[in-house]
Amino acid sequence: MNDIVISVRNLVKKFGDFVANDNLSFEVYSGEIFGFLGANGAGKTTALRILSGLSSPTSGEVMVAGYDAKKEPEKIKKNIGYMCQKFSLYEDLTVKENTMLYGGIYGMSLPLIRKRTAELMAKLNFSDYENKLISDLPLGMKQKLAFSVAVLHEPKIVFLDEPTGGVDPVTRRQFWEMIYEAASRGITVFVTTHYMDEAEYCDRISIMSDGKIVALDTPANLKKQYNAETVEEVFIKIARPDNPPSPLKGG
Amino acid sequence: MQKVIESFGVGKKFGATQALNDISFEVNESEIFGFIGPDGAGKTTLFRIIATLLLPNEGGMKVLGLDATTGFKELRSNIGYMPGRFSLYQDLSVEENLNFYATVFGTTVQENYDLISDIYSHIEPFKKRLAGKLSGGMKQKLALSCALIHKPRLLVLDEPTTGVDAVSRSEFWSMLAKLRKYNITIIVSTPYMDEAMKCDRVALIQNGRILSIDTPQKIREGFSKRLYRIRAQDKYKLIIALRKYPNTNTAYPFGDSIHVTFIDNAPGDSLPGFLESEGIPGVTIEESGAGIEDRFLELMEKTA
Amino acid sequence: MRRFLGFVKKEFLHIFRDPRTLFLLFGIPAVQILLFGFVVSQDIKNAGVAFLDLSKDEVTQKLTDRIISSGFFRQTDNLLTYNDIDKVLKKGKTKAVIVYEDNFGRNLLEKGKASMSIIADGSEPNTATLVTNYIMAITVDFNREIAGNAAGSGSLITPEVRMFYNPELKGHFMFVPGVITLILILICALMTSVTITREKEFGTMEVLLVSPLKPLQIILGKVMPYFILSLINVIVILILSWFVFGLPVKGSIALLLAESMLYILMSLSLGILISTVSKTMQQAIFISLIGLMLPTILLSGFIFPVENMPVVYRWLCTIIPPRYFIIIIKSIMIKGTGFFYVWKETLVLVVMTLIFIGLSVRNFKIRLE
Repeated sequence: MNDIVISVRNLVKKFGDFVANDNLSFEVYSGEIFGFLGANGAGKTTALRILSGLSSPTSGEVMVAGYDAKKEPEKIKKNIGYMCQKFSLYEDLTVKENTMLYGGIYGMSLPLIRKRTAELMAKLNFSDYENKLISDLPLGMKQKLAFSVAVLHEPKIVFLDEPTGGVDPVTRRQFWEMIYEAASRGITVFVTTHYMDEAEYCDRISIMSDGKIVALDTPANLKKQYNAETVEEVFIKIARPDNPPSPLKGG
Repeated sequence: MQKVIESFGVGKKFGATQALNDISFEVNESEIFGFIGPDGAGKTTLFRIIATLLLPNEGGMKVLGLDATTGFKELRSNIGYMPGRFSLYQDLSVEENLNFYATVFGTTVQENYDLISDIYSHIEPFKKRLAGKLSGGMKQKLALSCALIHKPRLLVLDEPTTGVDAVSRSEFWSMLAKLRKYNITIIVSTPYMDEAMKCDRVALIQNGRILSIDTPQKIREGFSKRLYRIRAQDKYKLIIALRKYPNTNTAYPFGDSIHVTFIDNAPGDSLPGFLESEGIPGVTIEESGAGIEDRFLELMEKTA
Repeated sequence: MRRFLGFVKKEFLHIFRDPRTLFLLFGIPAVQILLFGFVVSQDIKNAGVAFLDLSKDEVTQKLTDRIISSGFFRQTDNLLTYNDIDKVLKKGKTKAVIVYEDNFGRNLLEKGKASMSIIADGSEPNTATLVTNYIMAITVDFNREIAGNAAGSGSLITPEVRMFYNPELKGHFMFVPGVITLILILICALMTSVTITREKEFGTMEVLLVSPLKPLQIILGKVMPYFILSLINVIVILILSWFVFGLPVKGSIALLLAESMLYILMSLSLGILISTVSKTMQQAIFISLIGLMLPTILLSGFIFPVENMPVVYRWLCTIIPPRYFIIIIKSIMIKGTGFFYVWKETLVLVVMTLIFIGLSVRNFKIRLE
């Protein structure tokens, strides 16, 4: 059994009277790809922000990479990578400038930054694009680059918030292969997504609804449990148990 | 039966970027016609040309029998347009939004209520709530109601399901299917491949070009090779190993399995042994029908 | 430490790659220096002065010459009667009228003193004070020169100073009309420019365009509420100034309101024009506020008289709409003039409004590009 890198026990987050996270408890293991699913407003982003040290829990115990989320969020930030959909790299800086910046922020030495940058450029076939502005790159390349920069410093855990929105199917798959590769190197990947088929790429997934976790298991087990062919069916059966609309099958 | 949309070689450039290239297609009356493709494929640009909001640089477009460039005044009264981001007035209530659009199109909510009643009933309990405070799924239903309220002959829906949860997406497509009986033609764009199956016909679009037009079924059947689904415990190792296998043509992750095509169209007897030697025991290999996304990937490879 | 420096470097890069920030950093201070340097001046140049010479003798002629050749003044008129004074001051080109009493020279010689009046246009208190002070200084000088030739020592020309329209030289006579001018154009232009660009930004404009609404209907529909509300605004401000400052409206209130309506309409159409060239609300706000505020404050004659500025700036002032409205509103409120005196400025505003509306309708895109 791998080590536990994230441990959440009875996490509650309230905004005034509104309970965004209602008594969440779960664990994530080292090297796992953990999918965090749920409709908009279910509480995914709130939980994600607490785990990445950006927000403080109202109550409960949350340990990330060995540090307490309430007491030592700064230490958590040093040990994780983060990529969110709205913004990842500075559009008016070049590829190289971005890697140098983030490498510096995470305390990497200059030679190490150079080495890793060269490696990732070669892997992505980007070597010609070192001095191009991010705004000049197509969306798919930006996403792949953003992910590489998020793991440049080889963090223990990387948090991805809806990283593949709107990208073409080929690039999405390439992106997920990069995730697989990072996981095989021992980096734990915690990812939220809207694409139900991407849930299948994860080792385990959890489904949130109205601030609570209503399901947590491997995709295969969940499909068996709900007698469903796809994770999407599982999702629909959980959300509208009395009146499920017909799922979008095929493809 | 009249053709609702006829497009001949439409092209559109923005500065140096060719957003659309040689787009030709036809849409028949009462069809649900889908445009499937990722961000940047040109779907929004194409829909704006159909809705008479943009002019093509090349080619021509006829909508409802009128030229989209010169006949825009009449066309605009007969089209229901729902752009991305829904474009509702955030600081007006559900009711006020609907009334506004009805009035602007010279009708009343009562006149065509039966058309939207199925859809509107989901949000009617919230009719006094400000549109900005609605959830994604409810905004979607309100935007659809506003687009339908003047009983248009053509409904143009640009990515109506993007950013909305899976359940609302399914409900939305059920609502669209019910609109068929009113003889309304519907064109929809979406990045979700699985939604293609809900359309009568689809056009796969990528980088401003159409890759294929047909019924979803025929598109799937157009897949040129035999498709195999291969499963193993360690997915990543499996992909790497498959790519090393000399007979492999393409290998793509698809959820819990890898979709593989082989150069000589069969995995060959040596495959299981090869995989075991790569440290992957207990592999299941089965032939499978191709889905829309498989075909899309294949077409993308061809044009790459 | 390296973290910090890396971050600082990134900030420099952002700044140098964004033309707008560079303009803010370097362009605006430069513009301000130029404007403030030349516009703000406490000297007078070419101030218009008229003479009502009831004596017409050598002495008055000499004094008149002295005043005109000082370089600060230019002669606008030679008046014949007292009634002309009010008329010529209302026209606005004359800042002060100098009246010499009958038998000026003889009185000096025989009685040892003569009186003259300086009647200044008090609606611009700053200018009025400056003008009268300068004239007094010249007169004192002249006084000393001729002192030797008269009977007794110290013959005196005693100028009596009167301020028309604003006897107590109250500052808010200048201030309130100017503020009305400034506020109206800023708010009206800002409001309409923002409401249209907001539709563009939120995407609702797309749906409006595809509807049967005509562009003119959209524009007028947007303008209408602001027109009505701004008019109410003007009335409230006028009432407030009456009660708080005791500022009356000497002229016709109906005329004042009519001219205000014209000015409001002009400002609203300017806002529409701004919205046709702005892609985002931010841009619209920037152009409306910053683009209009400084020129209005500095170049409209609100605080600094236009006549004192160098020629280039005076030309610039002619294209600033608030310039004309300030003249109109001061004339009506403080000098009590009728339409006859402000018809030229009114015409300019009408023409400007038509131009703005015409350009807006032409620029308003019925499509998205």
